[in-house]
Amino acid sequence: MRYVNHEAVVKKMNKRLIVNRIFKTIFFAATLFALLVLGVLFYRIISQGVGYLTPEFFQNFGSRIPEKAGIKAALIGSIWLMCVVAPVSIILGVGTAIYLEEYATKNKLNDFIRMNISNLAGVPSVVFGLLGLTIFVRALALGNSVLAAGFTMSLLILPVIIVGAQEAIRAVPQDVREASYGMGATKWQTIINIVLPSAIPGILTGAILALSRAVGETAPLVVIGIPVIVHFLPDNLLSQFTALPMQIYDWAKRPQEAFQYVSSAGILVLMIFLLIMNSIAIFIRNKFQKRY
Amino acid sequence: MVQLLEKGSASKMETSSIVYDTQKLNLWYGNHHALKNIDLQIKENEVTAIIGPSGCGKSTYIKTLNRMVELVPTVKTSGEILYRERNIFDANYGVEELRTKVGMVFQKPNPFPKSIYDNIAYGPRIHGIRNKKVLDEIVEKSLRGAAIWDEVKDRLTTNAYSLSGGQQQRICIARCLAIEPDVILMDEPTSALDPISTLKVEELIQELKEDYSIIIVTHNMQQAARISDKTAFFLNGEVVEFDATDVIFSTPEDKRTEDYISGRFG
Repeated sequence: MRYVNHEAVVKKMNKRLIVNRIFKTIFFAATLFALLVLGVLFYRIISQGVGYLTPEFFQNFGSRIPEKAGIKAALIGSIWLMCVVAPVSIILGVGTAIYLEEYATKNKLNDFIRMNISNLAGVPSVVFGLLGLTIFVRALALGNSVLAAGFTMSLLILPVIIVGAQEAIRAVPQDVREASYGMGATKWQTIINIVLPSAIPGILTGAILALSRAVGETAPLVVIGIPVIVHFLPDNLLSQFTALPMQIYDWAKRPQEAFQYVSSAGILVLMIFLLIMNSIAIFIRNKFQKRY
Repeated sequence: MVQLLEKGSASKMETSSIVYDTQKLNLWYGNHHALKNIDLQIKENEVTAIIGPSGCGKSTYIKTLNRMVELVPTVKTSGEILYRERNIFDANYGVEELRTKVGMVFQKPNPFPKSIYDNIAYGPRIHGIRNKKVLDEIVEKSLRGAAIWDEVKDRLTTNAYSLSGGQQQRICIARCLAIEPDVILMDEPTSALDPISTLKVEELIQELKEDYSIIIVTHNMQQAARISDKTAFFLNGEVVEFDATDVIFSTPEDKRTEDYISGRFG
């Protein structure tokens, strides 16, 4: 008794292959759609904005006249912001991840904390803006300064960094940890010599994605009252400032058509900023990967 | 038998003192009672083999000897293990100190994703040796001790992962020798290796016992018979029989030992 009728299989084979091809086409079309939208977006922004990307654009502050409007304050402001966000969020995030993965014992409280960190990653950014307004701007009286905005943004991206770092740390095989403990290494020696070197590429990938989000995020800045028209550069962490997404948002909502083009130029600057950040991160990541 | 008598002779008895004295050791994983009233005395400069079917507690026991078993959070123990007359469960006995004297080789070769040199130098470095010349000497001595120096001396800077499984395991043994331990624990060190690599590791164990006390868990009864001086047979978390290897494999006292070594179960 045979259960597989080979003749019937051959007869139906054509149909199966056609179905296979149909699905391949559908999935390809889905990919193509996303690429197309991205392409149109890029084309529009570049064609509109590139004319405004002059040296003066980088040297001028904001202005009512589109031709004189520049991005200097916002660009420098965003760099200042990142100088606060990157160290604060990475130190706190990686520290938390190390504690949760390597030191914390498995109990209900720690499981609860772990679960809620993942949930925090899904909280809308405007809520973090309100938190920042209450705690940093008002309670700690930091005002709408670089520091207050930096702390707020750090809180916003902290869950993403923690979860990413936890995954990277968990991906380090248990048996190399055991090898290290087996030779009398302390927990810290094992973490610094064995766990972190293997986990750093993964930690950096998560951190870069999170920082990119912080550069482009607008809502928390609006809530904590970051001004849009700033005619000076921040000179310390308590200075007022503005940031790229705020400036772009402000230009985009102005009635004059020329400001649409200025806004496109601003978006180009923001994207180049992100590209540079990602390149630096990829460079660091590759450097670490070569060593191990 | 002649060999055995020699070992039992008076002069040897005085020098071969007890390294590990396990007294009424019980161990639980949560509610599972994994080790029951273990009493075992392990002597210096001998190879002690621990055999038994899967789940009999032999790996748990060897991991208790350097307290690696405590990496499992639900573990509870009672009783004592005296290492050189000191209870390893004493609150003021640090695991780091214990593990510096008691090295371990694991079931699966687990080199670090670093160069061969850095793998061997890892132990000395964490214990504070920074001098490059001293480290060089330790690396060479350890690699020679693990009989792998000639194979790797020209590529000490290459990643240890590029070696074969058998070579990796000997690197792990060399890494363990680099901390100059007193005892070496081996948890099925050849179970992931091919027969030729297994043979090399077995020969190595024979050489190492001149300088170290070795406790080896093995699935392979022929291996236990080939390389060990004493054999302990574990079953369901208990020591069924512990005696000279020749006795265990020729005239075991317990029926269960006989059944196991003759392949009737396990």
